[in-house]
Amino acid sequence: MLHVFRNKPKYATVRTTKADQEVEANGAQPRKNADQLWTRCDDCSSLIYNKELQKNRYVCHHCGFCFRMSAVERLQLLTDECMFTPFDALVSANPLDFPGYPEKIAHYQNITQLDEAILIGEAKIEGYSCVLGIIDFGFIGGSMGSVVGEQIARGFEHGIAKELPVVVVSGGGGGARMQEGIFSLMQMAKTAQAVGRFKRAGLFYLSILTHPTMGGIYASFASLGDIILAEPKALIGFAGPRIVAQTTRQKLPPDFQTAEYALKHGMIDGIVTRSEMKATIGKLLSFHL
Amino acid sequence: MPTIFEWEKPLVELEEKINELRTFVYEQGIDFRDELNDLERKADKLRKEIYERLTPWQRVRMARHPDRPTALDYIKMIFDDFYELHGDRRFGDDQAIVGGIAILDGEPVTVIGPQKGRDTKENIIRNFGLPHPEGYRKALRLMKQAEQFHRPIITLIDVVGAYPGIEAEQRGQGLVIAECIEQMSFLEVPIVCIITGEGGSGGALAIGVGDRVLMLEHSWYSVISPEMCATILWKDANKAPEAAELLKLTSTDLLKFGIIDDVITEPIGGAHRDHEGTGRQVKAFLRRHLSEIRKISVDELVNQRLERFRKFGEFQAKKLAETVD
Ligand SMILES: [Zn+2]
Repeated sequence: MLHVFRNKPKYATVRTTKADQEVEANGAQPRKNADQLWTRCDDCSSLIYNKELQKNRYVCHHCGFCFRMSAVERLQLLTDECMFTPFDALVSANPLDFPGYPEKIAHYQNITQLDEAILIGEAKIEGYSCVLGIIDFGFIGGSMGSVVGEQIARGFEHGIAKELPVVVVSGGGGGARMQEGIFSLMQMAKTAQAVGRFKRAGLFYLSILTHPTMGGIYASFASLGDIILAEPKALIGFAGPRIVAQTTRQKLPPDFQTAEYALKHGMIDGIVTRSEMKATIGKLLSFHL
Repeated sequence: MPTIFEWEKPLVELEEKINELRTFVYEQGIDFRDELNDLERKADKLRKEIYERLTPWQRVRMARHPDRPTALDYIKMIFDDFYELHGDRRFGDDQAIVGGIAILDGEPVTVIGPQKGRDTKENIIRNFGLPHPEGYRKALRLMKQAEQFHRPIITLIDVVGAYPGIEAEQRGQGLVIAECIEQMSFLEVPIVCIITGEGGSGGALAIGVGDRVLMLEHSWYSVISPEMCATILWKDANKAPEAAELLKLTSTDLLKFGIIDDVITEPIGGAHRDHEGTGRQVKAFLRRHLSEIRKISVDELVNQRLERFRKFGEFQAKKLAETVD
């Protein structure tokens, strides 16, 4: 077991609302309201005591809504005794010389204690070895820049080299890392091709969609799983709901772009609760030995 | 009324003057040759001044000019024959993407491209060139068909993005874009992609994975539109000109980055001012690039295509000193 953290892990104790997440996904600073004791559920609007929420793995005990969790928390949830060997760390460059981008990266590295929006390496889940990648929404909305794209590609290449299955837990706001412009877009091709090569090697890829999986991440590797699962009520889609509402000037269906909606319309294989996720992954890995 | 950009106005006025003088010469039979030559020289100089100094935002606006050639215009200008094929065989026929079999230098090729309308009526039928999932599925079907019959594929890309609609989401917009990108990457036929106008995000990349990616001089290609970028950065879509600078989305930038292989120069003043001239340019570039990649074996071609996209991205290994806490 190697250290995955830059320093000591820090856990966010406060869950933000969907509106805050959208602000974050759009590049604004996350709210620092660490003193707040209660969180309002995005889905059912109940007030939940933060400690309660943390104990319940950030799942609303009223309605089952799965709040987002950090990549480190997710790693602890899914792996056997945190058995995880991370790949070599990569950090972002600034290919467009986008003003303020290096500072933004430094800021989010500081907040999340991660190098980038992804945690990836070799892991053990229910006794099965696999490559596990987890997108962290807290790092610039879990958007895909060159580092995320490269690490995902390396994940599938590692899987081919060692004949291991790949599990990727996606959860990213807009999907695109605007500050990397065209380079961000090209990661969609790079990751989709990495999946393509992996599949052609006859190996198993399990894609897990968590709240929210949108945009370029959804329209590339996250959609290409041999099996695609989602957490309950996770927002899943290509165009953001606000853009859809603005463009169409129509009232959106109440369950629009939820995991349940995706399941109903044939886009995913199943919805799995957070507490059952690890066992389900283990079972599916066991089917593909 | 044709669309005239504010920076074109002095030129358009001068050109009108030249035309008036020409008519006068013709009707009256008076010799104004020297004056005409003088004005022509002036106009040439003005054209150079205006079009060599276009800002990224001005180029974005040229890429969106309503008189810019559309996919069907290019098809008519470039190919000797074209038979349009319809439908995705699953849901419907998306009029926002056209595709079919065409003849180039006596050989069949498959051509696919999003189609914008010329006027409001046509734009409604074409959904302003914004494809639905069935449009991408049609494109994918035609690409697979091209592979079956060993036909090269040519995509003409002019799309702001996939349509952000309820039904488009319901029918799996994200999934189908991913599928297109993945499948296109492994097709065992030569592929040339030409960005003719707008190259907007995943909607463009879905038909943009080629062995050669070319761009018309005044077209743009990025992960986000300047308006959206400006909205996110400054909550003000009117700052799109500034965002266009930051995004480095012009053909000049993308050639420098190695994202595209060549810039197809447009007739002075832009494609909208000279369709035929633009068509000839596109055809010449297409022929050259296609003949080059046709010489490569398909295995090698697919390998090179994968390598091309594999290397895109800029990052650094984390410094070792940092790892030790
Ligand atoms: Zn709730």
